[in-house]
Formats: sequence, structure tokens, C-alpha cells
Amino acid sequence: METNQTKNAPTNVVGKPMDRVDGPAKVTGAARYSAEISVPGTVYGVLKTSTIAKGRITSIDTTRAAKEPGILNIFTHQNLPKPAKTPKQVEKWRAAQSYLPMQDDQVQYAGQPVALVVAATLEAATQAAALIQVTYQAEAPIDSFHDPKAELFDPQKIQQGKKDSHVVRGNPQQAYDGAAIKHEATYVHAINHHSPMEPAATLAVWEGADKLTVYESSQNVTMHQGALADLLGMPREQIRVVTKYIGGGFGCKGSFWPHTILTVLAAKAVNRPVKLVLTRQQMFTGVGHREDQEQTLKMGATADGKLVSLVHTKRATTSPWDNYTESNGKILDMLYACPNYSTTYELARANVMTSVWMRAPGEAPGSFALESSLDDVANQLGIDPLEIRLRNYADHDYSNNKPWSSKSLKQCYTRGAELFGWDKRNAKPGQNRKGRVLVGHGMATASYPVHSSQGTARVRLFADGHAVVEAGATDLGTGTYTVMTQVSADALGLPPEKIRFELGDTRLPTAPGSGGSVAAGTVASSIMAAAEDVWDKVVKMAVADKKSPLYKAKPADVKVELGRMFLIKDPKKGETLLATLGRSGQPDIEGSGTGKYGAGYEEKNFGQNGADENNDKKEKVSGGHSMHSFGAHFCEVEVDPDLGTVRITRWVGVHGVGTVLNLKTATSQMTGGAIYGIGAALMEDTFRDPNYARYTNADLAGYHVPVNADIPDIKVEFVPETDPYINYLGVKGIGELGMVGVAAAVGNAIFNATGRRMRSLPITPDKVLEALRQPA
Amino acid sequence: MNNFSYIQADKAKEATTAKRDDKSAAFIAGGTTLLDLMKLNVENHDQLIDVNMLPFRGIEMTKNGLRIGALERMSDVGEHPLVVQNFPAVSQSLLLAASAQLRNMASIGGNVLQRTRCGYFRDTAFPCNKREPGTGCPAIEGDNRNLAILGTSDACIATSYPGDLSVALVALDAVLTLENAKGKQREVPITKFYLLPGSTPQKETVLEDDELIVAVTIPQTAAAQKSMYLKVRERTSYAYALASAAVGLEVQGGVIRAAKVALGGVGAQPWRSPEAEKMLVGKAPSEAVFRAAAEAALRGAKPREHNAFKVEMAQNTLVRALSEVAA
Ligand SMILES: Cc1cc2nc3c(=O)[nH]c(=O)nc-3n(C[C@H](O)[C@H](O)[C@H](O)COP(=O)(O)OP(=O)(O)OC[C@H]3O[C@@H](n4cnc5c(N)ncnc54)[C@H](O)[C@@H]3O)c2cc1C
Ligand code: SF4
Repeated sequence: METNQTKNAPTNVVGKPMDRVDGPAKVTGAARYSAEISVPGTVYGVLKTSTIAKGRITSIDTTRAAKEPGILNIFTHQNLPKPAKTPKQVEKWRAAQSYLPMQDDQVQYAGQPVALVVAATLEAATQAAALIQVTYQAEAPIDSFHDPKAELFDPQKIQQGKKDSHVVRGNPQQAYDGAAIKHEATYVHAINHHSPMEPAATLAVWEGADKLTVYESSQNVTMHQGALADLLGMPREQIRVVTKYIGGGFGCKGSFWPHTILTVLAAKAVNRPVKLVLTRQQMFTGVGHREDQEQTLKMGATADGKLVSLVHTKRATTSPWDNYTESNGKILDMLYACPNYSTTYELARANVMTSVWMRAPGEAPGSFALESSLDDVANQLGIDPLEIRLRNYADHDYSNNKPWSSKSLKQCYTRGAELFGWDKRNAKPGQNRKGRVLVGHGMATASYPVHSSQGTARVRLFADGHAVVEAGATDLGTGTYTVMTQVSADALGLPPEKIRFELGDTRLPTAPGSGGSVAAGTVASSIMAAAEDVWDKVVKMAVADKKSPLYKAKPADVKVELGRMFLIKDPKKGETLLATLGRSGQPDIEGSGTGKYGAGYEEKNFGQNGADENNDKKEKVSGGHSMHSFGAHFCEVEVDPDLGTVRITRWVGVHGVGTVLNLKTATSQMTGGAIYGIGAALMEDTFRDPNYARYTNADLAGYHVPVNADIPDIKVEFVPETDPYINYLGVKGIGELGMVGVAAAVGNAIFNATGRRMRSLPITPDKVLEALRQPA
Repeated sequence: MNNFSYIQADKAKEATTAKRDDKSAAFIAGGTTLLDLMKLNVENHDQLIDVNMLPFRGIEMTKNGLRIGALERMSDVGEHPLVVQNFPAVSQSLLLAASAQLRNMASIGGNVLQRTRCGYFRDTAFPCNKREPGTGCPAIEGDNRNLAILGTSDACIATSYPGDLSVALVALDAVLTLENAKGKQREVPITKFYLLPGSTPQKETVLEDDELIVAVTIPQTAAAQKSMYLKVRERTSYAYALASAAVGLEVQGGVIRAAKVALGGVGAQPWRSPEAEKMLVGKAPSEAVFRAAAEAALRGAKPREHNAFKVEMAQNTLVRALSEVAA
């Protein structure tokens, strides 16, 4: 397949709300997650983590720990074998955190691994870890960028060197100074943790010194394989990474983290398979988080509400070694028709592990600032929030001056407003009472980029009418197994029950991980490319087969749809792939192909290095279009002015995402996105003690994610949208889109209810009460 | 979690003597508090004495009021018709607590003895006077958002009992029946059961080492019948209270004859407020009277950096609860 042009092939099961193919396995427990896999001889690893946030280890006494039954070894920085390279030296795969603990006596963050016990049972290893006596020489840690000891600096590059820390378009400061309407506000975002249901887990199995299999809870097996190969100094082919099921990741399993390599090194040293599962508490200091941050946005507008300038700055905490921060500016740059824009990032080092992408990184907090300020300006000018967004509608992407590949945002607004009953909204804040509570209505725009990606797949069609389709992709629990089964079924003209789709193994053809919402589009395209390879082969067989109606036809005159080959000029003349294959006597036929996704592949200037390299680089060579999904959220809240509680009572999300592969799983994803966003908006907050630089609520009783009682009936719809440029099936990513704009929609609804603007997430009752004490 | 031995007691005496003879032993009922704290190494016990087989069961009306066996489960008690009809505050305090799974597991006796959710107490990396007397209280200068504003001391500002049930029990003058290794029973009003932290925050109740909670008895009163429990938190379910109120009113001829007021989430112990009750009794119910009562209840509050909001929130919670029962 040469380009990623969308082919409008007819569909049979694609798009249908098909039940999950992995549903029965999941509800019966037959689906085994990485931590549930055991191989003969498996022993258990347990980490001991640092109690201090900064300083050095002065001694480690393992005497009592070693007396626990069945201890195989207790590793510390003194005896753990060193990897061939440290993550810092591994350029290509870029472990999220360049610092690897347990290499020396230094402690740089609370919860950093300081020892790893390996024992015959989990219980013994756990207790031994508790009995290890570590003494430290502690120093005063730096807690965050708010810490008086912290120093903000200009990182020049953010996101591990991928993006500039300053972006300027036009003449933003001048335009702001001259604007009729000037609005300036600062927004605060608490630390958030991904908190997937399934904790991170590694089972490392060595066969001899040079063959390794790792069962990992990974959003990207290729990435884990590559990182391990580099860290261990081994060829990739000697390392196999397997992830069959994931219980949520939200970004925290899409990067390489210390526990994986520590487990692998320990397994080699004890010469046994070692399984290590992070505890819930360790999940807060083991796999990254969304950093605490503050954004100041200056918004300049004309008197009729047209944006003239956005001047954005962000301050955030980063680790002692890395310059990671979400690029909040991206969405401010492209969402509206604004001629002048700039963003600047400033970071401060603190004793915290490196933060990492978390569902809609950048877009989620960035949109909170943008969409809240825009709501303020709308209110100030007496313009309806929906109307001000239409006045600023971007008919092309202002950030790069390119046309959109497709954009259905206006339809989303219209349909969302209709479903919600937006026209009945009372524009005047604080007017809508229902008993003791104040009711408010708010809305916000959602958008998420189509990150470029590519991957490969293999399709094997069997003459008996079934097929095995393989791609080393991931199913985060969102439905990859199911939608790829549907895509394969239509590609081959088979019922979905006849397809076995395999993923999550580096032995399979390389596919991108699940992250940045690229999986569906890329893997579907790869499967179609591989299916085309099968078609080509079978067409060749057919035209050479006397018994085929296509005998002697030119392959170029033959088209394949839903598993049937036919003459383009005479569609009645043709037969199924299986008919030809059946007569051939060949038991099966295999095809493989590479699928491409996004603007990076619009022109033929893409690299051939596989989907696993960092996406953003490739976007620099992007083609003629700007590619994004868009949507609109509408929300109703009830605010109790006495108690400060906020309840979401209605939610409508309407999105344009190109081709919907499965209406059911897609709706679930967008519903989940809204719920995730409601969590960030109203309750998710990891507290740190400022003096100890250590979390004080690191469990799921203390770190609140929404429960059913918090979530109203959420209505999700998709507007029909055909994107001709994006990829084979015209699929845009949907995973992250659903969360973007959610916090702002909630905040805007609270403003409408109370006349108070909430600029600090999460919007908890204490903050609401505080705001209500201030004059409106 | 350390290794421990486990015995199942068939008789109260077996349990209490085993406990008397082993200072490091603990009773286990539902285990929802105990096992968590053991997994966190906050508590270490070398022996667990399972009391679930003891006959401390039953939910029945007696001449002293409703008697609830200490081993009854939160969900069973919360849904019991006698509780729902006669002690709405108790039913609500149970059903608004924790999650369905926890309520099915957790016992009444265990609930009364649940321990603080102070994050410092639950993480052995931190110092904590309650967990390790004399080490200090980092919460005072640190994250105190969830902690107490009433009854605290320089040694500890925790909501030592963070839950709900005891707030209702304290309001409604419940009495605990305790039994020791000698087989002797005593009755302790729950208002006298909890201890303020003072300089010994590790000492939380008057329960002796060898004592079991046998039952809780709640006097049947008109105020109990007209009672309610209101709980405020950012998450609608499965979260502890930021502030809560258990109130009961007996109103006759337009005048409040009896008032029961207790607050949760704000006190170092479940916080009965005689000050608020005094403001209510003899007055005609009105928003102004409720507000005055709420102000009286919080008069001695000592808020910290992150929990100052609790003063207003608790007052408003109380006013709201009183308004609702009076309505
Ligand atoms: C995540 C989570 C959320 C929660 N949320 C809430 C909430 O919102 N509101 C709320 O009120 N509670 C809440 N709880 C606390 C829960 O209600 C208690 O854990 C539970 O009631 C304890 O009962 P148990 O039977 O499991 O006690 P156990 O854990 O078995 O015992 C607790 C303590 O009591 C002692 N004990 C138990 N029974 C007796 C007895 N008969 N005599 C003497 N000593 C005894 C034990 O030795 C132990 O020290 C929550 C708990 C968790 C884990
Ligand atoms: S408030 Fe009490 S429980 Fe919390 S740290 Fe201080 S002493 Fe410990």
C-alpha cells in the first residue's frame, strides 16, 4: 500500500455495535493479565522503596529479612548486577525516566526502589522487604515548583527534547496589548495519577543467558522489547515481550519504568523466573503521573468576541533529571481562529519521579485554561458560549496554516446543543435554582490530534474458511481485539466468529502501542494492507485458474470487496477468495502489509523504521493536511451552595471521529473519556506533604476517582464523518478525545450555576465554598 | 504483613483470655480495618483471634432500646426495618459508609473501633505520634485537609474515628456493652467511650486490652425517630466525610423539646455538641436558631492551613440537617 488514502470500501460488520470478542474470557476469568501468568519455577519479587525523598543510603541491614523462609536473594545497589546501559544512555526508546534507581546510594524521590527481595512466595518476599532496615542520611527535599527552594528555569526543550519550550506565531503580546477585550487568568492543575485497575506487573523468564521472555503490563510491547534490548545490550530478537490483556493504562504503561529492568536483572541473577507486581501504593511512585502545573493565559479579543491573541505560559514541576512536561500549548495554537499565539514553559526540579503522558496529555489541561477563559469572555460580552466558539471557528489549522483533512465540529455543536437543549439555558449566572441547589449549564470544545503512526500485520486465510490475523498491538481494554476482528472479517468476507485476531506479542508483526489514540487507525490500516496482499495473491490464482469466472482476466481489472473478487466492469462476474483458494488445494494463504496513519504519511516521505519510534518526529514531515478529531461536550451541574458539593446531572458528548469501527466500544470509550475528565475536574488530586515531598493519599481510598454514583447518564453520539486522507478506513483516534474539554465544561457549568469561576482543579467542595464566599 | 497465628474463638471467654494472655494479639471481625493496617505494617499482631463465631448477634428492641449485636454486619443493620424506622440517622450513617462490599464484610463492633485515615498514620515512612508516640505530628504543618478542627491537641489532630456510624451513635446516646476476660460485662455510654488525643493520641478508647464489644444499645426516643445523618464529600459514594452531622429533634407544639447533635469528620472523636443542643432546646425551629446552634457547635474550632473550610462546611451541614429533620 503506497499511501494512507482512505478507500471507501463497503462494510458488513465494521461499524456495528458488536459485543466484545474478549468479553466472555474477561468475565469468566479465562483472560489472564500479566500478573496472573505463571511459568514453572516462578518466584516472587517485591520492591522496598525509600522512605525519604532526598539523601543517601548509609546502610542496609538485611539480617532479619534474610531469615524469612524461602528467600533467594535480597538485591540492593551493592549487589544488583548492572545493566549494560542505563536509561539515560538509551536514546532511541527513551524510558520516561532517565534515572534508574538502585545503581548507587543516592535517593532522589520518595518511593524510589532501594531493594528488591526475591523469595519463593509473595508473602515471604513482602515481609522480608518490610524487615530490611535501611538507614539514610536525609536532606531537605524540594517538593514542587511551589517550594521556596525550587527554581524555575527555561528548559529550551520539553517532552524529552521533542518540543521547544517557546512557540510564537504572529505578534501575540502586541496584539494582546491592543485588544479591546483583555482577559488574564491563572489555572491550577493538581497532581493526577493514572490509577488503572490493573497494577503494573513484570514476569521475567530467562532461558539461558541470552534469551528472555517478559510478560509485562505494557501498552506497547515493541517499546518494551526495544528498551530492554538496549539496556541489556542484547539483540531485539532474543527478547520477547508479551501482553495479552491490560486492565487500563491511560499512559502509565506506555513507557519503560525502573521496576521492569530491575526485575529482569534480578531474574537473571537468581536464575529463576521472577514475577513482580507493584503494590497500589507503589503505583503512585513507580509509573509516573500527570505533573502539578499552573498556566497563565492572556486572551485578547475584539469587542464582538473574536480572538486576536493568546499568550500562554505554563509552570510545572519536573524531576531532578528530565524535562518532561505536557505540551498544553498545542491545543491553544490550533483550536480557534486566532492569528497571534505564544506559549512558554518553565520548569522547576523537585524530588519527584519523572511525570509522563496521561490521557490527553497537554490537551486536557490546556483546554481547561482556553475553554474557561473563552467562557469568561463570552459572559463578559454577553455572547452565548456556543456562539463565541462559532465566531472563532477555525476553517483551517492556524498553527500550521494547513487545511483540515476533515472537521465536523459545527455538526457536533449543532447536534450536541439539540440533544442537550442548550437553547433553554439561562445565560445569566446564578439564576437557576432547584430547591436548595443551583443548576448550571456549560459546554466546551474537544479536540485531539491524529498522531502519525505506522505498523504491520499478517493475515492468513485458511481454505476451510477461517483466518488468523496478527499484529503486535495492544488492547487496553478498550476493544482492539473486537474492532480488529470486525475489520478482518470484512476484509476477507468472513463472519467475525471465523476470525482469530492475535495481539500483544513481539513475535507478531510490529504494530504501534496503544497511546496517543493511534492504535485503531494504524492497526486497522495494517490489516487492510495485509488483506490486500492476500487479495493480490488470490486474484493471481483466480486469473490463472480455468475453473474461475475470472480466468484470464487482468488482475488490474479485478476488485475485491467483502471477500469477493469481481470484474470492475462486470461485477456479476466473480467469486469469493475462498472459492479460488479451495480449488487450489493450498491449505492457506498468507499476506502481510504495512498500514499508515496520519499526516506524516500523506506524502511518500515516511521512514521505514516501524511504528514504535516516537511519533512526533514524523509529524515534522507531515503532508498537506492537518488532522484532528473534534467534538463538543455539554454538561449540567447542580451546585449545593451551602455544602460546596458539585454533582453532574446530565452529560452530552457529540464527536466527529471519522469512521466508527464499532459503535458500542466507541461509545464506551467516549463515555469513559467523559468520566475520566469528570474525575480530574471534581476529585482527582494526589496530595504531597511539602516537607517530606511524599504523597499522603497514595491509595484508591484516598485518591478519588469517580464511582457510579458520581456519573449521570452520559449521552454520546458521533456525527457521520468521512476523512479521505487519514488512513485506509478513514479512522481517527477516539481514546483521548473524550476527555479533552471535560474539566472546562464542568467549570463553565459551575460558573453558570454560581457566577463563580473555578480555576483550580479538582473543583472540590472546599474550593467551591471559598469561591462562594467571594463576591460574584 | 508479619506472620501471625490464628485462632477461632467459640466462646467469649476463649477470645478474651487469649487476648489477655497475649499483648500483641488482636480480635478480628470483618478484618476490613485490621488487615489493611497489618498490610501497611501500621499494626503488627502475632496472633489474630477470630470472633466471628461468637453469639454477638441479633437486632432487637429491648426495654432499653434497640440492641444490636457487635458482630452484625453494617449492611444488615443499615437495612433492618427496626433501624430504618426508629433510627434513620443510624441506618443512613451505615448505608452512606464505605462500599457495598465493605458493608457486607464489616461488623458494628469493628466499625466503632476503626482507625484514623490520617495519611501519615497509615504510612510508616512518616513520623506519627499516634502510631509511634513521641515521634511528632507532621500533619500539623503538612496535609491536614481531612483532619480534625475540634478536640485536637498539639500531639495529634486526626479524626481518630473517621467513620459515620459512631457519629449517629454518639448523637443518640448509645451504650456499648463490653465484656472482659473475667466474663464481667460493663456498660459504657459511647459518649464516654472515645478519648481525646491530649498527649496520648495512641490511646483512643476506654476499651481494656481483654475487653470485647458485645453489643450496642440505642435508646428509643422521639428525637431518634426524627433523626438523620448528612454526609458531605466530593465523591458521592465510597468516601469518608469531609464533614457530617447526625441530628435528631423532638418538636412539640412548635417548640424543640429535645435535640441531639453530633458532628463527624471534624472532631478528634465523634463530636457530640451539647453547646448546639442547648441553643436548640426550648426554641421554635428556624433557620436562625439552627445557625446559632451551628455556630455554637464550632465555637472552639481550631482550623489548620488546609482544613479551615471545615468550620463553615460543618456549620452548614448541621444547619441543613436540622432544617431537614424539622421540615
Ligand atoms: C476503603 C474503605 C472505606 C471506608 N469507608 C468508610 C466510611 O465511609 N464510613 C465508615 O464509617 N467506615 C468506613 N470504612 C471503615 C469500615 O466501616 C470499617 O473498616 C469496618 O466497619 C470495620 O469493621 P470490621 O468488622 O471489618 O473490623 P475489623 O477490621 O475486624 O476490626 C477493627 C478493629 O476492631 C477490633 N474489633 C473488631 N470487633 C471487635 C469486637 N467485637 N470487640 C472488640 N474489638 C473488636 C479489631 O481487633 C480491630 O482492632 C471504610 C473502610 C475502608 C477499608
Ligand atoms: S494527626 Fe495524629 S495520626 Fe496524623 S500524623 Fe499527627 S499524630 Fe499521627
